[in-house]
This record gives sequence, structure tokens and C-alpha cells, in this order.
Amino acid sequence: MSSTVTMDVDHDGIAVLTIDVKDKPMNVITADFDQDLGQCLESVISDEKIIGAVITSAKNDFMAGADLKSMLPALRGLSDKSDVVEKVIASNQTMRKMETCGKPFVAAINGTALGGGLELTLACHYRIAVDRPDAVLGLPEVMVGLLPGGGGTQRLPRLIGVQAALELMTQGKHLKPLQAKGLGIVNELASKEELINKAKAWIKDKGDAVQPWDKKGFKVPGGLDANKVGTIQTFSVVNALVAKNTNHNYPAPISIVSCVYEGCQIPIDSGLRIEAKYFVELLTGQVAGNMIRSLFINKQSADKLRARPEGVEKSKVTTLGMLGAGMMGSGIALVSARAGMNVVLLDSTDEQAAKGKEYTEKFLEKRVARKKMSSDDAAAMLDRIKVTTDYNDLESCELIIEAVFEDREIKAGVTQATEAVIAESAIFASNTSTLPISGLAEASKRPKSFIGLHFFSPVERMPLVEVILGKETSDEALARALDYVQQIKKTPIVVNDSRGFFTSRVFSMACNEANTMLTEGVSPALIENAARHAGYPVGPLAVQDETSIELGYKIHLQTMEDMGDAYKPASGWEVSAKLVELERLGKKYGKGFYDYPEGAKKRLWPGLADLFPVSDQQPDVEEVKSRLMTIQALDAYRCLEEHVLMSPDDGDIGSILGWGFPPWSGGVFSYIDTVGIEKFVERCDDYSQRLGERFTVPDSLREKANNKESFYSD
Amino acid sequence: MTEAFIYDHVRTPRGRGKPDGSLHEVTPVELITQVLAALRDRNELDTSRVDDIVMGVVHTQGEQGANPARIGAINAGYDLSAPGKQLNRFCASGLEAVNSASAQVMSGMSDLCIGGGLESMSRIPMSTVGGAMAVDPQVAYGSYFVPQGISADLIASKEGFSREDVDSYSVESQARASNARDNGYFDHSIMPVKDQLGETLLDHDECIRTGTTVDDLAKLKPSFVDMGANFGFDSIAIQRYPEVERIEHVHHAGNSSVIVDGAASVLVGTKEVGQELGLKPKAKIVGFASTGSEPTIMLTGPAPSARKVLKRCGMSKDDIDLFELNEAFAAVVLKYMKEMDIAHEQINVNGGAIAMGHPLGATGAMVLGTLIDELERRDLNTGLVNLCIGGGMGTSTIVERV
Repeated sequence: MSSTVTMDVDHDGIAVLTIDVKDKPMNVITADFDQDLGQCLESVISDEKIIGAVITSAKNDFMAGADLKSMLPALRGLSDKSDVVEKVIASNQTMRKMETCGKPFVAAINGTALGGGLELTLACHYRIAVDRPDAVLGLPEVMVGLLPGGGGTQRLPRLIGVQAALELMTQGKHLKPLQAKGLGIVNELASKEELINKAKAWIKDKGDAVQPWDKKGFKVPGGLDANKVGTIQTFSVVNALVAKNTNHNYPAPISIVSCVYEGCQIPIDSGLRIEAKYFVELLTGQVAGNMIRSLFINKQSADKLRARPEGVEKSKVTTLGMLGAGMMGSGIALVSARAGMNVVLLDSTDEQAAKGKEYTEKFLEKRVARKKMSSDDAAAMLDRIKVTTDYNDLESCELIIEAVFEDREIKAGVTQATEAVIAESAIFASNTSTLPISGLAEASKRPKSFIGLHFFSPVERMPLVEVILGKETSDEALARALDYVQQIKKTPIVVNDSRGFFTSRVFSMACNEANTMLTEGVSPALIENAARHAGYPVGPLAVQDETSIELGYKIHLQTMEDMGDAYKPASGWEVSAKLVELERLGKKYGKGFYDYPEGAKKRLWPGLADLFPVSDQQPDVEEVKSRLMTIQALDAYRCLEEHVLMSPDDGDIGSILGWGFPPWSGGVFSYIDTVGIEKFVERCDDYSQRLGERFTVPDSLREKANNKESFYSD
Repeated sequence: MTEAFIYDHVRTPRGRGKPDGSLHEVTPVELITQVLAALRDRNELDTSRVDDIVMGVVHTQGEQGANPARIGAINAGYDLSAPGKQLNRFCASGLEAVNSASAQVMSGMSDLCIGGGLESMSRIPMSTVGGAMAVDPQVAYGSYFVPQGISADLIASKEGFSREDVDSYSVESQARASNARDNGYFDHSIMPVKDQLGETLLDHDECIRTGTTVDDLAKLKPSFVDMGANFGFDSIAIQRYPEVERIEHVHHAGNSSVIVDGAASVLVGTKEVGQELGLKPKAKIVGFASTGSEPTIMLTGPAPSARKVLKRCGMSKDDIDLFELNEAFAAVVLKYMKEMDIAHEQINVNGGAIAMGHPLGATGAMVLGTLIDELERRDLNTGLVNLCIGGGMGTSTIVERV
């Protein structure tokens, strides 16, 4: 008897197949499910009394895709690629059999249907979806480096046309049921109550059991013919946009385009074989492995607060106290109010505090204008933010976050003023980006409740929060800080205290490397292009302009002051010194590494070539890319060794979500595995000899290389 | 090795390659038919002696496909023993066809061949042409494909050619072409294209813009800005050439080759067959070569192909009196002059495709004829013809007057 699919046949001879994959919060495709669905299908086909079938789910949602956690390692473990291909093809044949068996199948989509879940419905002859605002439909496989390998690349374009299908699949877009209906993915919408009856009615009334693509004379909507102008233009443009958007780092999008191009010009059975081969190529490649590990499995586990200490009762912030209404404070207030919290936003003057609230107001105006939010909801959210200059208003706050100027004395002042009024049980968090937490905690009466919550700018868009433990931070403070991060739907990583923690410290390594390259005579355009082509969101010179060159320089001076004789200036420090001297302080000031002409795109400042003459001999672009990524990966390893980081997963997630370390690599540690640890060490040795001792390999890493260890074993 | 001699060359004028062009009403096969007929008639050629007819055609679909060399020969009333074949080396097809015809002669396997080419760009527009290069996702993505205009702008960006540089070059091309036409330098090679009734449809290159100035050209908008920015091609070009900060779009309709219709053919044979048929050789094929080059920048193949043929022939560029490099885009020629260290006075002395047009499959054969006529007019000896080619190639031929 099937364990994941149950079958009931009504008096009209209509079978209802209800999917319920036990022990999973959502239905996912597992080996058991494949088998169970196959068995039910056989029953539907062989039982003459059955005239058709409805497929639906017993859970709140219809079905998500493959169970990446269990299924992929199993498939990846198969030794021979052709074995995997055969396995994928076999699993697709169940669906092919379903759509060609002569009896009509209807998908009754009661909620979200993603990936393999949606693909299953595409193999049905008719799709009815419940019009729920919280339900989404889509083929998001590309987000983890895969393609829709359950026939999605073949059925979707045959159903809705090449262009619309390519857009959905290469971007992994999610659609609301209504949008899916508009595109023709779903045939009909229904309420929850009428769903099954409508599905049955279609079987009784119409029940066309032949897919459009199995009918004689079928043509892909809009046409697909490599000899026709439309097809030529569509693919020329799509190919180029994919190359642009991926910088050739991600093989999945172009594989999707190829599946459509190659597979939809020929009959679907051949198309499905083509899809299976591209799918297996991705599945067995490194990029998908990296992305699934870091962006799916490990991120999910971080989101579920893997790092939360046991034995602390689950907590919820109802009122947040936000100290400082500058850029960070405004953003933190916004995301907290959005998560339903009341926010007390405090600054030294009414004007400044009000300005902080205005940030949310402007944000909400846009949301309402774009119809992403009702004006009532927006008004309610804005109401949750209360501005003040009076510390007494913080009294009821369970959590305080401080985001005032990066100056120890100012920070100490607000800490003490706050602790004078808040409850004994309240947690105090500092959003410092570089100052060590234990040092700041010295100003606190209760350092056990003192913790670091390092947000990234702009807060409403950046998904990471770096949680920093001071020397004395308690388990309870950590647990409650994590609960808060979960409440605002961000991903936490927990790190130990250190100058710059993990993210600021390692992020700055690439900036320093870029500056060092300038001093060596590497062309600035080459540096910036290499970084972008490696997969960083912006070049290291542009990013310094964004964050302000002055700031970087000040941190340098502060560190020099703090560390005294022990301070060794970074190899590229003179670059920021020179720019500061020339008052080229960054984008905010209209000039930095770049010029910012009005009404035109920024351009690298030609004067850079006078400061740092470009040499005739330029390095290979691959070396420039590798230097930026290698120095960050190496320093991340030092963080691990120094216990700033507690696990490679945190480093991987933090590097991608924190500063955009190229996601294809899976993050800083996955990058070392991707390069190969022995080769990585060899490369560092070469760099340390040629470029400087910052590339010196720690003994423990060399030992790992000698033992051929990797950070991950999947 | 047998020597191959050029006995004659003839071409159509180049008609604007649009529906309002004078040759639009003429089918592609009719263009080549008239050229083959002219070559026969003005040489009183016994076409039963023709061992092969090789024609370059780039866009070989529809009425321009299925071997117009053979079909044109039948249509022109050639002896049925004269076979024909088409070949495609993109923009160098016309020259490649002459090289291929010459190779047959030089190998001793043929005595007399015709090489040439045709292209009716008004009837088979470039936009209708597929092929794997841009369309097949694996190919386009894997080879960092960008359209030629982007490649040309990439050359300009990489080499630092300004808009004024490319425009000035183009103004000079117009001036030279006007001068050459007005003084009858092309009269020997051009044959008028006639209609069904024998009336002349066109007897001169109809796209030359006499008196074009740099100021005129400065008014034109660059052609590939949108394509580069919105379709991602600039990014792809920079992915391949990361030393380039940004693509400066300097090319436009006035400094790129004009889209035209036309056909040409060149008669090549042994010394003996010439004597036998009473033909007077004009020039000798010294050598030829093709090379592949990086396909994204695409149009930098000419210089390597020139070096290759020079080396093979034991010559240096100083042995060459005049150069012709097809003016696909102004930057292509500027880059070639810079790389080969050739003065503008020595190259494209009668203008080129920027003024007169580039009927893809035919151009190579046309330019070869122009060069031979000019060597004769100036009483010089040696010339080198060169074309840049899609997919990243270059083809060169050296000729010497006899």
C-alpha cells in the first residue's frame, strides 16, 4: 500500500490521488513518492471502472520540488553519469505514462506548487488552482543551480510559449495563482471548497486526455523554428542576456535555454531525454552542489536557528528599542515594524528621530504605489514606529539595538542611559560593524545581556545578521537575539568577538588586495571587471567608493591607534591615504576611485593612472579574480582557526549573504573545496612568494591539505 | 607548381540593398547569370573549357541557396560541361572562391576556372539568417558571441580610436570612391545590370555619398548602443576583454559598410590555356592564406592572415605596393593599419565598402578586381587583398602584375 499517496475512487469512477509525504512539513518528491505515484497510476490505468483521476494534496500546500536533502546526495553518489540519466528518465516516464494513458488527469492545486510539484501538474491534462494569496507557483530550480528536470523545460514552453517559459525558468520566478492563470499555466481558479468538485466536473464534462503536444499538427505557442526570424531573434537575445547576467559562472540558465531550444524543435519524448542529460550534467557539477549546500541546506538550517542554545525558552520581541535613527537605525526600525513589532526609535533630536521614521514612510509609499501592500496595512505598520528623544520611553522594550556613531564614548553613554530605564531582563545589542563587542560591553552593568547584532546596508534588502558574542554574553542573550533575527526573517550567523568580526574583516581583504594591485600597476578597469566577472556584485574599488574611502581610512587610523606597535599596516593602505589626501573620499562626495558625472554613468577616475601608473605587463584576468577570492578565503580560514567562526557553514553563508562573495562558489570554504585544498595551498604559497606574506598559509591548513581533507564531504 | 593567372574580372555595380535599391528587382541568380555572361562575352570565352565555377555566397537560403554557381552557369548558357559549386567563408567568400579556383589551377587539376560571388542583401536580409553562431544557446554562450557591430566598437574601445578617428577615415573613403568613379577607374570592371527588355537598371555604384564631411557624420547616432546595453552584448565583450572599461560605441551607418546587392567573377587559368584561348593575363596569383582569430572581437583576422601569406611567399609587407582591406567597419581598417604599420596612402586608395557597399559573398572578388585595375593604372606591381570575417577569421591574397 502506498504510504505517500492515497487513492479513493468515487461512484462516478473518478479516482482522487491525495499526496501526503509523512514526516515532512511539505510534500516533497522522494524515491518513495515516485514509486507510490507509479503504483496508483497502474491502478488507474488497469481498473476499467476508473474514468479519470484528480491529484491533490492532504497538506496545506500542494507540493514543493525534489527533496534536495535526501535525494540529491543519493543521485550524486551514483558512480556513472549515465546511470543517473537513466534514473531521471525512468522517473519522468511515470509522468509521460500518465499523460498518454488515455484517461484524463486533473491537478487540483490546493496551495503552493513549486519545482517538481508544479512539473507534476504540467503532466496533468488540466490544472485548477486555489486562488490563495499566500500560494505561489513556479520552477525555481535555477536558484540552486539546477534546471526543472521533471519535464518542466519541455512542457512549460509547449504550454505557454518559449519566451514566457524561458523568463520563468531562467529567473526562477514565483507566480501567484492568478498570474499563473493569466499565463495559461493554470486553466482555472477555484475556492478551496469547490476545488475537488470542479476537478471532477471537468473529468466528467470534458475530460480530454490528450495533451496539446500529443495532438497532430501541434506547434509550440508563438512558434519555435530555428529557420524563422522570431526564433532567431528570441534566442540571440536570451543567450546574450544569460551570458551577461551569469558572467559565465552559472551553467544552469543556459542549460535551461538549450533544453528549450534543442528539445522543443523535436517531439517531446526526445526533448525529455535531452532535458535529462542537461539536468544530470548540472546535478553532477560543482556549482549546483555548492549552491544547494550553502544557499539551500545550510541556509535553511541557519534560518531554523541551528546555533540557538538549548534550554532557553522561545522568546518574541513585542517592543524593540532602537537607538539612533541614522541609516542603519532607520532600516532596523523598518524591518522590525514590518515583522509586527512595536518600535521605539530614539535619537538625540526630534528632527533626527522623525527622519528615521520617514525612511519607513517612503518605503511604504512605494509598496502601496506598486500595489504590493494595502494602504491600511501600511498605515498600521508605520504606526508601530514611535519616535522619541526620551530614554524613559524605552522602559517596556525587551530588546534594545544601538546604532549610534562608531565611537566608544558615545556608545558607552547611550548604553548607560538606556540601562538606567530598561527592565533587568532586557537584552542590549550593538550594531557596530567593527568595534569589538567585549570592549563595548565594559560600559554595561550587565555584560551577560550584551551582544552584537551586525546588520548590513540597506537593512531591508540585505538578508544577513552577524550575531557577535562578547566574552561574557550569556546563552539566554544569544537565544533571544537569534529569536529576534528569526522574527525579522533574516539569516543569522553566530561569531565570536574580534576586530571586524568575520564579515567586515574578511570583506575588507578584497578591498586591500585591489588597492595593492593598483600600487603594483594593475589596470583599475581590469581589477573592477575581474571582480564582477568572478561574480562579486560590484568591483572592490566601486565598493570602497560606496562605503566611503574616508571610512576605510578612519578604521585604519583607529586600528593603528588601538594596536600601537603591534599594528602592521595593510599592503594597500597608501591608496586610501592618497585618495583621502586628494579629498577623493567616495561616492557621497562625488569623487573617489570613480568620477560621478551628472546624468551619466560613473567612470573610473583617469587620474588614478597618474597616482599608480599602469604597467605594460598586465596579469591574466584569472589571477586577478583568484587573488581577490583567495585572500578572502584564506582569511576566512584564519577566522575559523582563531574561533571567530565556529563552522565553515557560517563562513559560507556569511560571505555570500553578507558581502556577495560569488554565490556559485558556495562561499569562502566551499570555494577552497571547489579549487581543491591542495591546489589552493599551492596557489597561496605561490602568491605569498610573489605578492607578500599576507598569503602565508597557516600550518593547520597545510596539514589539512597534506591529509587531503576537505571542508565538506558531500 | 603550376602558376595561376588572372585573365579578367568583372562585376555588377553595387545597388542599395533595400527594397528601393536599383537591383532589388533582380533575383540573385540573375545577378550572377549576367556577370558570367559578361565574362564570357567580353573574352569570347569557349565555356566548354571551364573546369569549374566557384561562387561565394554567405546567406544560402531560399532563392540564393542551392548552388547558384551551377544554376547561374546554366542560366547564362554556359556549356553544360562547366560545373559549379558554392562556398561560404562569410565576408571573404568572394576572395576565397578565387583562391579556391586558383588552387585548382595551381594543383594542376584544372586549366581554367572562374571564382567569384554574389549576394542580394535586399532580397535575403541579414536579419533572417540563423545559423548556430548566435542562436544555438550552447554555441553563443560558449563562444562569447557578439554581433559584428559590437566587435567593431570593441576594437575602437580597445585601441582608443575616437569617433572622430573613425569618421575621418570614412570621409576619406567617400572622397576616394567619388574620385575613382568620376575618373573612370572602375569602368573596366563594372558591367551594367539589365532588365528583361535589355534596358540598363544600374551602371554605377549607387551608394557613394560625394562630399560627405566629418560634420555630416557627427550627426549620426551610433548604431549599437541599445544592442550593447540592453541585450547584454557590451558585457559579453568586456567579459572577453576585461582590460576594457567600457565599450565606446563609435560606429554608425556612415562609417560601416553599406548594405548592397551585387555579384562578381574572376577568370583564372594556366599560362597555356591563356595562350591557347588568346587571353592576355593581367596578374598572377602569388599566394593566399586564411587564418582563424578570436571570435568575439571577430574582425582582427586580416593582419594575421596577411602575415601568414607574406611569410609563406617569402615576402615582407614592404614588398607590397598597394593594400585592400574590406571596409566592414572603419575601426577594422584603422586597427590593421596600426598593426601592420601601413600608411593610409597605401591602402584602399579608391575607397571601399564604407562608400560603395559590401555585398557579402561578392565583395572579395570585387575588391581583388579593383586592386588589379589600380596597380595597372599606377603601373605598380604587387598588391595584397584582405578581408575580415565573421566567426573570427581573415583571408588574404597576394597578386602581382605580369
